[in-house]
Amino acid sequence: MLTFTLRRFSLFIFTMLVLTLLSFSLSFLFPGDTVINHSGQIHATPTELVELNKVYKMDENIFSQYNAYLSHILQGDLGQSMASQSPISDEIIELLPATIELSLVALLIAMLIGIPLGFIAAIRHNKTSDNAILSFAMIGYSIPVFWLGLLAIHTFSINLGWLPSAGKISLLFEIDFVTGIQFIDILLSDSPYKWQAFSNASAHIILPACVIALAPATIFIRLSRAAMIEVLAAPYIRAARAKGLSFNQIIFRHAIRNALIKIIRHVGLQFANLVTIAMVTEVIFSWPGIGRWLIESIYQRDYTAIQSGLLVLSCFIFLVHILTDFIYAALNPLARGNNHGS
Amino acid sequence: MNSKSILFISMVALVSLLSGCNEDSKLSLSERSIIYCSEGSPETFNPQLSTSGTTSDATSKQLYNSLIVYKGQSNTLGPSLAKSKHITRDGRKITFYLRQDVSFHQTSYFTPTRLFNADDVLFTFNRILDKEHAFHHVSGGQYPFFQSVNFSELVEKVEKINDYTVRFILRRNESSFLANLATDYAVILSAEYGQQLTNSNSKHEIDILPIGTGPFKLKDYRVGSLIRFYRHDSYWQGKAKIEQLVYDISPRETSRLTKLLAKECDVSSYPNAHKKIAQRSDLQLESITSLNVGYFGFNTQKAPFDNKLVRQAISLAINKQALVDNIYRSQAARAKSILPTTSWAYDKNTPELGYDPVRAKSLLAEAGYPQGFTMDIWAMPVQRTYNPNAVKMAKLIQADLKKIGVKVKIVSYEWSTFLRRLSLGEHQSFLLGWNADHPDPDNFFTPMLSCSANEIGNNRTFWCHKEYDDLLKKALKTTDMSKRKGYYAKAMVIINDEMPLLPIAHSKRFQARGSDVEGDILSKFGGISFYQASKKAKLVNEASN
Repeated sequence: MLTFTLRRFSLFIFTMLVLTLLSFSLSFLFPGDTVINHSGQIHATPTELVELNKVYKMDENIFSQYNAYLSHILQGDLGQSMASQSPISDEIIELLPATIELSLVALLIAMLIGIPLGFIAAIRHNKTSDNAILSFAMIGYSIPVFWLGLLAIHTFSINLGWLPSAGKISLLFEIDFVTGIQFIDILLSDSPYKWQAFSNASAHIILPACVIALAPATIFIRLSRAAMIEVLAAPYIRAARAKGLSFNQIIFRHAIRNALIKIIRHVGLQFANLVTIAMVTEVIFSWPGIGRWLIESIYQRDYTAIQSGLLVLSCFIFLVHILTDFIYAALNPLARGNNHGS
Repeated sequence: MNSKSILFISMVALVSLLSGCNEDSKLSLSERSIIYCSEGSPETFNPQLSTSGTTSDATSKQLYNSLIVYKGQSNTLGPSLAKSKHITRDGRKITFYLRQDVSFHQTSYFTPTRLFNADDVLFTFNRILDKEHAFHHVSGGQYPFFQSVNFSELVEKVEKINDYTVRFILRRNESSFLANLATDYAVILSAEYGQQLTNSNSKHEIDILPIGTGPFKLKDYRVGSLIRFYRHDSYWQGKAKIEQLVYDISPRETSRLTKLLAKECDVSSYPNAHKKIAQRSDLQLESITSLNVGYFGFNTQKAPFDNKLVRQAISLAINKQALVDNIYRSQAARAKSILPTTSWAYDKNTPELGYDPVRAKSLLAEAGYPQGFTMDIWAMPVQRTYNPNAVKMAKLIQADLKKIGVKVKIVSYEWSTFLRRLSLGEHQSFLLGWNADHPDPDNFFTPMLSCSANEIGNNRTFWCHKEYDDLLKKALKTTDMSKRKGYYAKAMVIINDEMPLLPIAHSKRFQARGSDVEGDILSKFGGISFYQASKKAKLVNEASN
């Protein structure tokens, strides 16, 4: 396990170095003054500009420039947003939890729907229900998310009026920012309308989370179907059947556990995919998360926000990958011997 | 089995959460609150500093009161913070007797120790009048409405007679003075709050963190996102029916409509899709004929519009009726002059320049442009009652003018940049409008086209006409209605001949609301008010109580 951990850790360090190199070079590639792109201080006075050039070592060679940039990032200084002139790290801390919350709920929905459906399809292999589930998965995977989002708003918000279409909670509720994960913040708050706020927030998250969940759910269907088919064909299942175990015993005691192991690894991979979908969905549902913020920064040509946002987001996704690798390794000792990082 | 029972319990918990826990027989928060989808962020929380409709909608009648107000259908002046008034025979001394039971807002940033009195009135008006006043230059020192009506030239001084009596001494008798005091701009600020800010050396906060006497107080403001008001519980006219008022700032038309349909807001400003809203039983569309005018103005300082003939020719070439039908979807009346036909001062015999492209062409030739020319039209980027879609209107005008050989380039900037560049006179022609602040006809003539409005940049035609200005001054000196009407009729004739601008339409202001929202919100003049608004409790709740 120690070698496994060390290997992942060194992989993390090197990937992060490459990523910072990329975001560092973006400052040169974007139009405008490099040091202003680094710091985001568009209203800097000449004296402040001299100071900034000194801090970022702009008059020295490119390596010490990179070094200076790196040390800023390690200190948590990601520069200022050119649009709002507030520190980017503050904005990200405020917005990232909202995206994580939305993605986690979506992941949960995708798993709760996708995995059982995949198992059913595998058990009913080559029967009508299998085909029906597979075609649903195919259709679901092919639908573009921005279209699905608009369709969902049109149907459930406008025509039926069941669910709200924008934001993460009604503006009436004042919830103090503690963790950024809204459901936790609501439970921590001492508002007399706590439970109304909770049900309101739940109503707000349903539509965007379901829209995000659709594509990963279809992938889970196919993954779990393939895993289950493989497990059901394994010799120990045949042995169990020969021993006279009932169908339920075989499926619930043996097959599901062994099939799940194969899926868990992909959950991490899917999470990255999910965050990408979430970014588009956030725009459609006006969800105040990092994706919407990043896309708005692109519209506003806020270069500092773009490069720092990309860095933080990719770092976050990479961390999720490593985390799922650990979980997988903890559950499955065989994986620890794997010599190559994924 | 174990995991199954956990799942079951959590499902039950989730269902009970989603269904809401309304057992405590109270009304839910949403039944005690109103969310208003507004079209933009206010520039300031002090309406004295701005003439924008968005700002006065968000501030004037929510946060503040003025000394007197317009009341009822007949638009007569009634008491507000001043319970009565006395005017001397020469009309130059006006004494107000103030209410003694008015309290200012108590908020996290200010706790009043005394009730409203004469000091607050003096503080408010001296800030505007006296250039030496400690607060005059805070927030830029521009008071556009007061400057446009020449307030500081008119008022000699404001005197405190005793704690609850103030007297305005005017340099001359002016009939629109009281009307101006009843506008959304003449709101009363707290002198005690001013003192507190002076002591803490943060004077600029007076216009950002407002303190007034109005039915609501500011709780929270996030630029471009929301304004949250709480009820002012000791409001002197009795507390408002709703506890919380939230402005959801949604500049996009479609997002306001979506939020309205999805019940995320209770009331929406300037809705589109009138038919769709009218069809739904759970929504209401309401409109009010407000006093306004949408117009097409010319920069009379710039060639070729410094020539009267060119202005007339362009005006003749525009098919106004088509603009009214297309842009306002016939929800407006074609304007014959800048004064709406519903105003008492409107003269039916005012001539109207019709639609006559042939005569337009000959006038253009007479002016020395037989081949036409190229011009720009600046179209305002936001929706207003008086012009719901200026860019589309500019395109229609472009097509009309093409017929007489004039090429048009359409220019549009973001709203505040647009207004700033207009006051710098960078434009040749522009589409804009005017919402009246009070029913006095002077409110159309003076702020839009007088030479004084020209000086402060409110008159974007830069037209200054001595005879016209004299007529306005004469009209203000008399209180004889028929005499005033005569002067204004003459002024309208001058405008129609000189054509500094072409009046296009007088439109209705629309608003949509859920059918559970009761009480008047729209008013004929100036901003909206949520003081009377409330929500019907849902029948389901009544049954369960």
